Amino acid sequence: MSDISKSIRKTDAAEKISGQAKYVADLKFDHILHALTVRSRIPSGIIKNIILPDLPNGYYSVDASDVPGKNVVKIILEDQPIFPKTEVTYLHEPILLIVGPDKAKVKELVNQVQIEYEETTPVFEWVDSVIHYHFEKGDGSKPFTKANRIIQYDYETGYQEQAYIEPQGFVGYTEDEKVTLVGSIQCPYYVKNAVIQALGTTEDQVRVIQPSIGGAFGGKEEFPSLMACQLAVALRKIKQPISMMYDREEDMLVTTKRHPAKIHFEAALDESNHIQSIRTNVGIDGGANTGLSGVVLSRALIACTGAYTIDHLDVSGDVFRTNTVPNGAFRGFGAPQMYFAIEMFMEHIALDLGVDPVTFRHNHLAKQGDHTSTNGTFRDPIIMDEMIEKAMEISDFKAKRKLYDDPKSNRGIGMSWFFHGCGFTGSGEANIIKAKVRLHKEKDGTVQILVAAVDMGQGIRTTLRKVVSQILEIPIQQVVFDFPDTDKVPDSGPTVASRTMMIVGGLVARAAKTMKERWQETSFTVEKQYEQPSYIKFDEETFQGDAYPAYSWGINILEVEVDPVTYQVSVLHAWSVYDVGKAIDERIVLGQADGGLAQGVAYGYLEVMRHESGVLKQKNMTDYIIPTAMDAPTMETVLYENPYAYGPYGAKGVGELTLVGGAPAVAQAIEQAVKQRITKIPATPEYLMELVNNG
Amino acid sequence: MAKIKFQLNGKPVSLETDLNRRLLDVLREDFSLTGVKEGCGEGECGACAVLLDHEIVNSCSVPIANVMNKDIVTIEGYSTTSRYQVLREAFEEEGAVQCGFCTPGMMIASESLLHKNPNPTDEEIKIGLSGNLCRCTGYNMIIKAIKRAMKDGDGKW
Repeated sequence: MSDISKSIRKTDAAEKISGQAKYVADLKFDHILHALTVRSRIPSGIIKNIILPDLPNGYYSVDASDVPGKNVVKIILEDQPIFPKTEVTYLHEPILLIVGPDKAKVKELVNQVQIEYEETTPVFEWVDSVIHYHFEKGDGSKPFTKANRIIQYDYETGYQEQAYIEPQGFVGYTEDEKVTLVGSIQCPYYVKNAVIQALGTTEDQVRVIQPSIGGAFGGKEEFPSLMACQLAVALRKIKQPISMMYDREEDMLVTTKRHPAKIHFEAALDESNHIQSIRTNVGIDGGANTGLSGVVLSRALIACTGAYTIDHLDVSGDVFRTNTVPNGAFRGFGAPQMYFAIEMFMEHIALDLGVDPVTFRHNHLAKQGDHTSTNGTFRDPIIMDEMIEKAMEISDFKAKRKLYDDPKSNRGIGMSWFFHGCGFTGSGEANIIKAKVRLHKEKDGTVQILVAAVDMGQGIRTTLRKVVSQILEIPIQQVVFDFPDTDKVPDSGPTVASRTMMIVGGLVARAAKTMKERWQETSFTVEKQYEQPSYIKFDEETFQGDAYPAYSWGINILEVEVDPVTYQVSVLHAWSVYDVGKAIDERIVLGQADGGLAQGVAYGYLEVMRHESGVLKQKNMTDYIIPTAMDAPTMETVLYENPYAYGPYGAKGVGELTLVGGAPAVAQAIEQAVKQRITKIPATPEYLMELVNNG
Repeated sequence: MAKIKFQLNGKPVSLETDLNRRLLDVLREDFSLTGVKEGCGEGECGACAVLLDHEIVNSCSVPIANVMNKDIVTIEGYSTTSRYQVLREAFEEEGAVQCGFCTPGMMIASESLLHKNPNPTDEEIKIGLSGNLCRCTGYNMIIKAIKRAMKDGDGKW
């Protein structure tokens, strides 16, 4: 049997290269209608009156009065209306749909809708806390009273837009009362459950199907549930196929983004320059609806010590409600903000103390058996020592670091150390998701994988088939993994949180082992349900216990050059070393590594999005800059094996790990090049110039 | 409305249409060539790239009026060529495809690049791809795929 890490060609690559793969906008239906959204023109107010134009025959409007079930989108915290009845809470909030056969005519009608508002004062400052968390470890902040030295910094991070190349979209149709939705989504069952609640209907009346997905990165986690509910309401009313596609500008203006954050850090140090306690406070901008912002905040808070062990902690944070577009899931989910802050903080402490940052950080690095920030335990081996050595060796870190310290040098090299908790934070997996998978053997010996996991580019259609074929010792062609259809597959949970291979793949592997034992039977189904390892316990109220079943670890090193006149940053090279347990397909993992790092690095220096009084200043690919091939550094990645007992073949999470270290590594590199402390990302040329000029 | 004639994937075609329509919409709606993708609609992302008289263009930015008597090749037409086979092999082998939404455009960009310059340097490859955005791969594996195609398809371009 060959090593499962050995790369194979992705099973869906050929159809994507030839343009034959069907994405949602490529599906054709006869007599399809088009739905466009009428949106608010103010950030905050009360709807007094809606005046619709005369709708020609065959054209419809759909609004709050048409919602047969509960007029709220089922996300973690249910505070987002499907269509607002009276109150508008952000600019471009969807108010109603116009639906009809001719898209140009629909557009014309949308522009003719008049809405009268009573404007109220919008809130853009971070003052209205809707979620507050606080927890402590050890003696909390008591060590501050006897500290030898206290160092504090404030850090800020900006928005980041997922910028998947395929914008959001759905098509839907009805058969009798049953509603079927096909959409560019990460979580078929999130959509299904939201629509059931919106329509006030039963499970058998809603079907959700996934076509090919053109990238997601968290952006298609919870947002599609809003669109799906609106479309389902329209379908119930009109009973004809309807297409609802966002163009790029609409997508950028109204979909969720990475939460901007402000992070305050204080460290109490003893005489030997060891951190006794950290006090931190994190604020994130949730936007107008809270949705899953609380979970994003949790992950940020739990990541507050980075890859280090600190014995005493006082950790607090808030989600602030503002009259801006709601923020949400984005690869990393709160961790990228926190890793930027903690990695810069560790570097800044060392520089303030006048000690070598690498040694200082190494003195605090987490080891197997240490207690996590929430008093859980790092149970599995941590092999960061040899990984760090490797990363420093392949990048020639020490020599370059020394060389670029020269005041005349405009180059810099930076390094980040990090982990990512794999799977849901806390007890979500065991208490809420309860993932189920099925394998079905057909009479002819083919085996079907029945899971709700979505391939949005990360390659799960290939890697899950690989796992099953390897365990059953049958050719991969004999294993079928069709696109998820909720009429056919059980709820194996959302495609999020770096959980798919570790959790869903782990269950699929268990099912395959059972199937192997019964292989002589002609046709049968095996089902497995997730069971939390018994040692994993987490208290959501007090933030005490093991927040994650396993951790993936990583190191990023970035080298940059900063133009001394324009302060334009060129990212030259990137080196990464990762422990993802076991790569199920080496090239697929390396592809995730390249892409995740590109996003993480760009978050640190390139991608600018901001709002002025609730108006986003970047709303298309011309204004919002993501890396082109010209911006891509050469990337070298080394994978270490460190198998996790409960993952398939020892696999842990990959997707998010590869993003979270990019921003601090590039910011540290830029910092060395410009010889100034960076406390804010993205580190744009304007910001760098300001730092240099103001000292 | 006016009559437009052009070559599409090697065959003469004609249609009566509004001259302001985007080439992208004509290809997708009238000819069902859905390998041509719309990513941004403003000529920034390259997902809708096609060849117009063997020059790469973003079909979202080309009014159909400008296509009169021109030669248009989309990914569907290009995929019947032997050069395509070389590039496809290289893209598959190097892991250049993740979500795949940018991939048909990347193939067109690769063809356009290699057609003009069969032996590009790394820098020239990056410039050649710079009109096509990919959010998944960080570009490294796409660049490697083009280098592999240069080698494996030596003499084809």
